[in-house]
Amino acid sequence: MIQSFFNPEIIVASWPIVRAGLLNTVLLSLLVVPLGLVGGLMLALLASVKHPVVRWPLMAWVDFFRAFPPLVLLILLFAGLPFAGLELGGFVCVAIAFFLNTGAYYGEILRAGIDSVPAGQIEAARSTGLSRLQAIAYVVLPQAVRNVLPDLLSNTLEVVKLTSLGSVVAVPELLYQARQAQSLTYNPTPLVVAAIVYFLMLWPVVRLLSRLENRALAGR
Amino acid sequence: MRGDWARFTDTFLNAKVMHKYLPDILSGVVVTIELAFLIVVTGIAAGLALALLRSLAIRPLNWLIVVIVDLFRSLPPLVVIVLIYFGLPSVGLSPSGFVSTWLSLAFVLMAFSEEIFWAGITSVDRGQWEAARSTGLSFGQTLMSVVLPQAFRLTIPPLTNRTIAITKGTALGTVVAVTEILGQASSAMSNSYNPSPLIMGAAAYLVLFFPVVVAARWVETKFAWKR
Repeated sequence: MIQSFFNPEIIVASWPIVRAGLLNTVLLSLLVVPLGLVGGLMLALLASVKHPVVRWPLMAWVDFFRAFPPLVLLILLFAGLPFAGLELGGFVCVAIAFFLNTGAYYGEILRAGIDSVPAGQIEAARSTGLSRLQAIAYVVLPQAVRNVLPDLLSNTLEVVKLTSLGSVVAVPELLYQARQAQSLTYNPTPLVVAAIVYFLMLWPVVRLLSRLENRALAGR
Repeated sequence: MRGDWARFTDTFLNAKVMHKYLPDILSGVVVTIELAFLIVVTGIAAGLALALLRSLAIRPLNWLIVVIVDLFRSLPPLVVIVLIYFGLPSVGLSPSGFVSTWLSLAFVLMAFSEEIFWAGITSVDRGQWEAARSTGLSFGQTLMSVVLPQAFRLTIPPLTNRTIAITKGTALGTVVAVTEILGQASSAMSNSYNPSPLIMGAAAYLVLFFPVVVAARWVETKFAWKR
């Protein structure tokens, strides 16, 4: 058991490979989380236009990506697009897929946040002479973000976990590197190490989320 | 222009290829549905069981539950799948890709649904427990007739969302050679050297999940708490 899963020699030997993967996972997350947030903000701002011509296609767009498994989207970009003469590489495909997929989720959350700010606030802000854009940027958004902070954090956790899909299209992130190390050493220890690294990295976030959720419930 | 369009449909919507691989995709749909059904039933049942166990307030047991729940909330589902599929053979167990995917996603759903059910249970005011017990209801009766009905109302919107997200994860099974939709579509694509099966697979996912997402939106508004 210890020889297979916690083999100390293999831990030492594979650590440089796994560590490189960890670094890439962090970098990838630092790229795709802001990308998803930007996409989500665009969707949420569009959603504040209550006109049906905007509303219905927007809802269909969001539901489309809620229904579509992110891995299918990623494979479609990675393996499908080359047939149209467009070879983007794993990294760019991950970035596009995350922009589309996590953007839809962030968009839903931010929309709920914007909806939670009373309309009177915009009117009040406008009456002090702020433009519509200023009112949204300085008055509505800060409150909206605060109201949905636990959901934003929870989604960000999911996004970071989702970067493990990069391993399927050969992006050398944590899981990919661990699998490389596993096939080099014929031993699953590197996979266990990767799992422990994910756990240590994300556990504090999970704990924080649990506390935020409990506090939100207690406040009801 | 006409030529471009013909070439496009020939590549991405090739009728001959689609016709040939339709049975494969359909068998993939069946596997996806089976897998999703198993995950949802076992994952939610286990999550509810853990939440009920936790309400008994046995200290060491609760710590164990929290650690298990936190573990499966922190680990990416794909990591769990790969760990079970490639790791367990070293100790003499060789679960199939189907079983590995089922177990992994059921564990993940168990963890998330336990959190959601637990949040629902704790949201019911302590005074209600005491009031119900003082009318002569037993612990079990209080739980079943007073606490859970209120807790469920609170849990349904987050639970449906989470369940959809995890059920979509059945596509991850393709990494461990499960012949679900994406697996079938990918191998059909490499056999025919044509991406039409992938488009079919993508369409199959939409047909399966789009109605669920729309239903979830309806459930969300129906069960929303009026503030």
